[in-house]
Amino acid sequence: MTKTISGSRGLTIEEPLLFEQGSPEQCGVDLEEPPAVVDRLGGLRRKAPIGLPGLAEPTVVRHYTRLSQKNFGIDSVFYPLGSCTMKHNPRLNEKMARLAGFADVHPFQPESTVQGALALIDLMAHWLKTLTGMPAVAMTPAAGAHGEFCGLMTIRAALEDRGETRTRVLVPESAHGTNPASAAACGFTVDPIPANRRGRVDLAALKSKLGPDVAAFMLTNPNTCGLFEDEILEISEAVHAAGAFFYGDGANYNAIVGRVRVADLGIDAMHINLHKTFSTPHGGGGPGAGPTVLSAALAPFAPLPGVIHDDTGFHLVEHAVGSGRKPCGRIKGYHGQFGVFIRALSYMMSMGADGLRQSASDAVLNANYLLARLSSDLTPSFEGPCMHEALFDDRFLKDSGVSTLDFAKALIDEGFHPMTMYFPLVVHGALLMEPTESESKETLDGFIASVQGLARRAKAGDGELFHNAPEFTPRRRLDETAAARSPVLRWSPAGGNGDKK
Amino acid sequence: MSKTYFTKEHEWVTVSGDEGKVGITDYAQHALGDVVFVELPDIGKKLAKGAEAAVVESVKAASDVFSPVTGEVLAVNAAIVDQPSLINESPEEGAWFFTVRLAALDEIGEMMDRAAYDDFLKSLE
Repeated sequence: MTKTISGSRGLTIEEPLLFEQGSPEQCGVDLEEPPAVVDRLGGLRRKAPIGLPGLAEPTVVRHYTRLSQKNFGIDSVFYPLGSCTMKHNPRLNEKMARLAGFADVHPFQPESTVQGALALIDLMAHWLKTLTGMPAVAMTPAAGAHGEFCGLMTIRAALEDRGETRTRVLVPESAHGTNPASAAACGFTVDPIPANRRGRVDLAALKSKLGPDVAAFMLTNPNTCGLFEDEILEISEAVHAAGAFFYGDGANYNAIVGRVRVADLGIDAMHINLHKTFSTPHGGGGPGAGPTVLSAALAPFAPLPGVIHDDTGFHLVEHAVGSGRKPCGRIKGYHGQFGVFIRALSYMMSMGADGLRQSASDAVLNANYLLARLSSDLTPSFEGPCMHEALFDDRFLKDSGVSTLDFAKALIDEGFHPMTMYFPLVVHGALLMEPTESESKETLDGFIASVQGLARRAKAGDGELFHNAPEFTPRRRLDETAAARSPVLRWSPAGGNGDKK
Repeated sequence: MSKTYFTKEHEWVTVSGDEGKVGITDYAQHALGDVVFVELPDIGKKLAKGAEAAVVESVKAASDVFSPVTGEVLAVNAAIVDQPSLINESPEEGAWFFTVRLAALDEIGEMMDRAAYDDFLKSLE
């Protein structure tokens, strides 16, 4: 291909940094020289200029517009990133969040002027409690992992209240990495539980590790292999018999919402990723929210603040004294991610209880369609149907010289965001696909055709295509090792002495 | 006189007297891929057999390195912290992780020698 003089390819602009588009000597606007003034900085006046480029408004506008066009998200392509639930973010959610009564409120406003906003938080809590069958919910956690942290802090507070010292938290090997991280952040030591041949928790191994020093067992259901933990009732019984709490990672709640009540599974605490199950934006697109539902045993230890409702209206409980609560503390400023609550509640109410139930069914149906159509060309890791995501391993690439990473890169050339790779760790070279309920059969068929075609090319010995991929992106294959070993985190002017690390 | 023993977790320990030098095997570095970060234990730390002793992070994943023996950490190999690529280049020689004063010499009997480890690797294929 002929190289262009500018380096750009058609309307795909080779975007320079702002620092490369202007210089400190230039100025984007004509300003008169400021009059001489005596500053009051007391000797703290900057001694040298900081070297910001002077840029004209159109240059800045074009720069950020073009960067936004390079953004790759669920609004531009099919994005089957397993375990991340990249479902459509309905525009109605955005319309609701922009209503002036919601968009223009401030957390410091007097309670009497934000009754509607507090009512929304209360209604949202009501929906979450009703869907899960749980008696309480902490609304302030700002993300899934933050919800885990909240749940484990609550568990720790409950144990301290009982006068017990329990130091270990058990976590399955297939868990999200945030589970052991949250447990460690709360001061627990983490003990892994292996998976059995069916991709579920090894119940015998779990029972052998339970003991009087175990604070909690953390379980994702459906798990990260996309499988329902069908022995969950026996698991919760064993966990409770040992005096431990049962934490549910609700990252995959989208597969069971409206169909399974969390309380019926014996779970004591579970966070709900509103940005997954309830369709709010995520993936670098803004704040998440991880409200954490709590059992009666844990409810008194929920963090403050919380919204309550009485004869005089809605109130924010800010202090433990006189409230009958024994809060584990405060884990976030203000009320929680209010903007996310509006979007999530908008989704819940527009779907209705029956619609939410159907969204879970459709997500499972779509994943099973992928699993069934791809099973002859790829190698599914476990037998039988899946829940909301389909897991394959790299056995189908054996002896082809193509790795899971190469395969994912080739999918980028096909115009798809690749599936999750190398996670969960319990299978070799994992490819984890989650289509969500948002996608039409036509979209799935297009993706399936590409995946099937690539699998056949890999087996036919077309390794070069994979090793050279991606070929049609603004940047080709990146050197991930060099990026991790010697990252260049700061721009320095050509020939300048800025540092490179 | 020293001898090297191996674990099913793909660690090796070379024992001379009551000192053991610990690292990960070639199989382990190959499975990890390009190593980009290493965290080593503090000198003087008392390690139980099977306890988390170090962390290796590659472009693919982060993994714990478990101590194959019980003992107190005598020295750590700072070179692999500065240059993690040594683990990929020379896993079973230059890129040792730490040395320990062995507290339970009988633990060695539970590990594999080179021939047994090679057989174990074949069984994984």
